[in-house]
Amino acid sequence: MSNGRIVAGCLAPHPPHLVYAENPPQNEPRAECGWEGLRWGYERMRKDLDRIGYDVLIVLSPHWQTYIGTHFLGVPRCSSLSVDPIFPNLFRYRYDLEVDVALAESIRDEAEREGLVTKMMRNPDFRVDYGTITSCHLTNPTWDKPIVAISSCRATAWYSVEVMQEQQLALGRATARAVAASGKRAVLLASNSLSHRHFTTEAAVPEDMSREHVTSHALYLWDMRMLDLMRQGKNQAVLDLMPEFTTQAISETDSGALTWMLGALGVPELPAEVYAYGTVIGTGNAVVGWYPPEVTP
Amino acid sequence: MSVTLGVIVPGLPHPLLVPEQNEGWMRLRVAYEQARQRILESGADRILIYSTMWPSIIGHQMQADPTPTWTHVDELFHDLGSMPYQFRIDAPFAERWAACARARGLTARTVAYHGFPIDTGSVVALKLLNPDNALPAGIVSSNMYADRAETVVLGKATADALEQAGHKAAVVVVSTLSNRLFTDWVPPAEDRVHSQKDDEWNRKILEFLEAGRLEDVAQLSREIQKQIRVKKVVNFKALWWMSAVMGQSNRFAGHVHAYAPIMGTGGAVVTLTPTREGFGDKEFDEEDVEVFQGERSVLTRA
Repeated sequence: MSNGRIVAGCLAPHPPHLVYAENPPQNEPRAECGWEGLRWGYERMRKDLDRIGYDVLIVLSPHWQTYIGTHFLGVPRCSSLSVDPIFPNLFRYRYDLEVDVALAESIRDEAEREGLVTKMMRNPDFRVDYGTITSCHLTNPTWDKPIVAISSCRATAWYSVEVMQEQQLALGRATARAVAASGKRAVLLASNSLSHRHFTTEAAVPEDMSREHVTSHALYLWDMRMLDLMRQGKNQAVLDLMPEFTTQAISETDSGALTWMLGALGVPELPAEVYAYGTVIGTGNAVVGWYPPEVTP
Repeated sequence: MSVTLGVIVPGLPHPLLVPEQNEGWMRLRVAYEQARQRILESGADRILIYSTMWPSIIGHQMQADPTPTWTHVDELFHDLGSMPYQFRIDAPFAERWAACARARGLTARTVAYHGFPIDTGSVVALKLLNPDNALPAGIVSSNMYADRAETVVLGKATADALEQAGHKAAVVVVSTLSNRLFTDWVPPAEDRVHSQKDDEWNRKILEFLEAGRLEDVAQLSREIQKQIRVKKVVNFKALWWMSAVMGQSNRFAGHVHAYAPIMGTGGAVVTLTPTREGFGDKEFDEEDVEVFQGERSVLTRA
């Protein structure tokens, strides 16, 4: 099979607060409301993705952290309870998801050809990380499409943002080749926040929006700088600024998710659709889509 | 003092799941068993864990599910197997522990949710040091935003809670020494400490601990972080906590039960028994702190 293609790349952050505020039946805690800007942004992105149609979500999550290589979920069906270790009061989610293992293995094979260290995760007791679940739920709450889950190799911690980017661009190329060979229409999810400095206290009512704002103006300026470049289609400039942004904004881009996604798209000069920007417990989050011209929704 | 023994152990799963694959992992496994025996002989009636592998953001979190039950799989070493567990947690003590932390100005809360993901390090430590749940346990997270002041105060709050409850505890730090893993898969038989520099620093730390110089090592934490630790989620700060719980001194009988590499990191099992002997009080570099007074609004005043 061939003629597969990436039909969209999305920045799809994973604060569990957003799932909490949506009150889906899978999540045990109940909320009154909260973080509407981001949630409604996700809603608009979902409509656009539904319009263009896709077969599979491929997600790279900062919360599956692997220090030896990049790992891929290799179990066809995963069902369990996911409890957020940081915000267990907000996220206790029963998931039941299908994994496109064949596509995962194909990306893994291509990644090996790029010289990356890889591993398939085959343990049936493995619990899928909450970042993967949150980004996928907010993008496709019906879970009617399979996913490919990719870990975050912590090259930023081990070496530098530059080394991380080199590896993630290689992983992006590998992903694009595997998708092309699969014949499938894939949506890529980079599951990361932008600035990532949290408040260290929580309101008595977590969805009390009178308490929500970005941690500092400096971080806000950095977030706006990056979003402005994305809106202008200057994606190479996004990558060029990534080392400074990641360091200065304490950004979750250290995970490599955004670099991987832009790399898989070929780092195009393509303006992004910014669906929403908002903060969650002080961190900066944006819901953003990049659509190749021929599949623009 | 309410602490009968200090214990330092690595949290990677190899000594629990596959000790037979490497001679060093087996030595660590045997050392875990020796440490377990020391805990029993110490007269401890509780075992308290500070795990560097459980990061938190909203202050510190104390596990308070009386019988957490799950089958855990490590996110990196998932191919080594699953770790089913059921632990015995002293939930009332966890509440007291959190209250004592708050009384000293810290943010702290208990967590008691079915399915809460207890970290690999805590699972490994409890399964090997307390396999039959003979001692009720406590586990506290490592706040990723806490630096020395909060961590020292947390240690003092832990001592407060033990004192109030009238408990005698073995306190356990779950942490490797050098933490640099290999970045490629290395056959178990070829495991070694990642670099000579890491190995030399590890041995220097162990030399201090063997001499009972716990507070001296705690005072070196920032330097140790700089020299042999990759910045992952949390810094090398667990010994600030341990020394604070144990009275911030060097008066211990130290014993290094084993030192061996685990996939490039330096793993050691060490016990520290309080004694009247030792190096006594030193003139330490960093000031002491009793109560945490907040972040001082550095950012908002900028």
